[in-house]
Amino acid sequence: MTKYVLKRLLAAAISMLVLITATFFLMHAVPGSPFNPGEQRNVPPKVLENLRSKYGLDLPVWKQYLNYMNSLSHGNLGYSFKKLNYTVNELIVSGFPASAVVGALAIVAALAVGVPLGITSALKRGGWLDWLSMILATIGISMPIFIIAILLMYVFSMKLQILPIYGYGTASHLVIPVVCLAFSPIAYITRLMRSSMLEVSRQDYIRSARARGVSEFMVIAKHGVRNSILPVVTYIGPLIAILLTGSFVVERLFMIPGLGRYFVTAVSERDYSVILGITIFYGAFIMLCTLLVDIAYAIIDPRVKFTD
Amino acid sequence: MKKTTDLPGDEAEYLTEGEIACLPDGLFERLPDGEKQTDVINRPSVSYWENARSKLMADPLAMAGFVVIALMIALAVAGPMIRPYAYDEQNYSVINQTPDGDHWFGTDKFGRDLFVRVAYGARISLTVGVAAAFINMVIGVIYGGISGFVGGRTDMLMMRIVDIIMAVPSLLYIILVMVFLGAHMHSIIIALCFTYWLGTARIVRAQILSIKSQDFVLAAKVIGESDLKILLRHLIPNSMGPIIVTVTFLIPQAIFYEAFLSFIGIGIAVPVASWGTLANDSLSNMNTYPHLMLFPALAISITIFAFNFIGDGLRDALDPRLKR
Repeated sequence: MTKYVLKRLLAAAISMLVLITATFFLMHAVPGSPFNPGEQRNVPPKVLENLRSKYGLDLPVWKQYLNYMNSLSHGNLGYSFKKLNYTVNELIVSGFPASAVVGALAIVAALAVGVPLGITSALKRGGWLDWLSMILATIGISMPIFIIAILLMYVFSMKLQILPIYGYGTASHLVIPVVCLAFSPIAYITRLMRSSMLEVSRQDYIRSARARGVSEFMVIAKHGVRNSILPVVTYIGPLIAILLTGSFVVERLFMIPGLGRYFVTAVSERDYSVILGITIFYGAFIMLCTLLVDIAYAIIDPRVKFTD
Repeated sequence: MKKTTDLPGDEAEYLTEGEIACLPDGLFERLPDGEKQTDVINRPSVSYWENARSKLMADPLAMAGFVVIALMIALAVAGPMIRPYAYDEQNYSVINQTPDGDHWFGTDKFGRDLFVRVAYGARISLTVGVAAAFINMVIGVIYGGISGFVGGRTDMLMMRIVDIIMAVPSLLYIILVMVFLGAHMHSIIIALCFTYWLGTARIVRAQILSIKSQDFVLAAKVIGESDLKILLRHLIPNSMGPIIVTVTFLIPQAIFYEAFLSFIGIGIAVPVASWGTLANDSLSNMNTYPHLMLFPALAISITIFAFNFIGDGLRDALDPRLKR
């Protein structure tokens, strides 16, 4: 177990190093730096030069890289190039909570709807609920999140006017963003749970539980669900990465002051230090989550052996 | 062993001549000659590809998918030609028109014809989807093929590299490459190429590992074929089924990413009309002119639907094991 965790941590560290290095050099190879003489016409060249030296942009790239790695090892992601007097750390601290709230609610919603829906469609195979979940799943897999978001926004905010169009703060503001983010995960979890439940319900231990006279509810709850939920647990890791994609759209559309919105803005403004910092943060966060999910999976399922 | 009669020597596998002779008459009867023919194969032998084709033809959803994609291709090729407008042609006398005879899908806030723009978007989406899927197939097949075929330490090293790249969500790489290369169609294709081959490589490797110890490979080795020839002539063609299925699912994903990136404003830049930029453009006055959103949104969804249906059909036809 310890060996497994250490091995995974080592692999994650290498992945991080590759990501940081690749990101750093890509950002510095981009034609046009944030303080290009061409872009800021009204700034005298001397000021630009000072700015460049203040941010260390006049040093050779490898020296900048070492400097960056050094400050990164102290947890310091540097200053934003475009937002005056803002450090990347401050941006992350101010943006991450909103993203985390919306994301966590989406995970809860996806599990709370997807798992029961999957179980019911497996138990009542061919019933109307099974068909409904099949249709929902097809839509959820094929329809890009931004279209779902626009559709919900149009129907519930503009036409019916029962939910606010955008903003952040009250619970009603969260409804559409969370539904958007959870939509396609719900579809996927439903199908996953359904097929795994069908698989499990054919197993001998289900038959013997029934033969022993265990009530139908207990057969499903204790023997069926506990065994069939495992694939759903493994899906939580990739799910976090999917929510990341979604957060870029949802936070932009609904004006949620989250990290995803900062990131997209930083990309279009070419705010290199912010792009670099948020990429590193996201990469580390997602890798950590995946690792935790994998460990949790191995603890839940005793059949999994801790050999890479 | 089932015990059916109380014949002497029941434990033995076969009855001796003498034992058969003492069987009571009437307990058994002779088979008519026709019954002996049951194990003769009458059906002509069907090859893997013929079987797959007939299965695919029998799948209504997949066939519908093919029809829709054919129509989309027709729209992409002929759409901008059959209408007398250019995709970036502005006309301020006809801004924000609803669909009518002159402008089939209406016009946007600059008076540009939405039908032509959607058709132009189809060109971009289909090109991105097919090009990205094809390039990734080539990279994935070469990488996975070498990894699986060579095996040993090379395989381990190559797969560790895949693991390392895969640990980071592909979206981050894609966005970084987009920043680096700028907002063009080819940058999206290149960005997708950074990470999309990983899945294909894994599948090809697994497939090659599972077939490389089969007898026909041994036979090829025995008659002295070179390793490269075995890989190219025997192993890769025999793993083509799963490869095609994986690649078919890459197309809608690539189309999704193009639309997604363009929608959040870091994909293809205006005035080029991609479905994502069209959807993004229409956001500001969606309440008044919902048709500007409707057509690009429909185009994206229908295309991704169709490709997914084709993918499902191909998976059932070519590689039933992949079915979830």
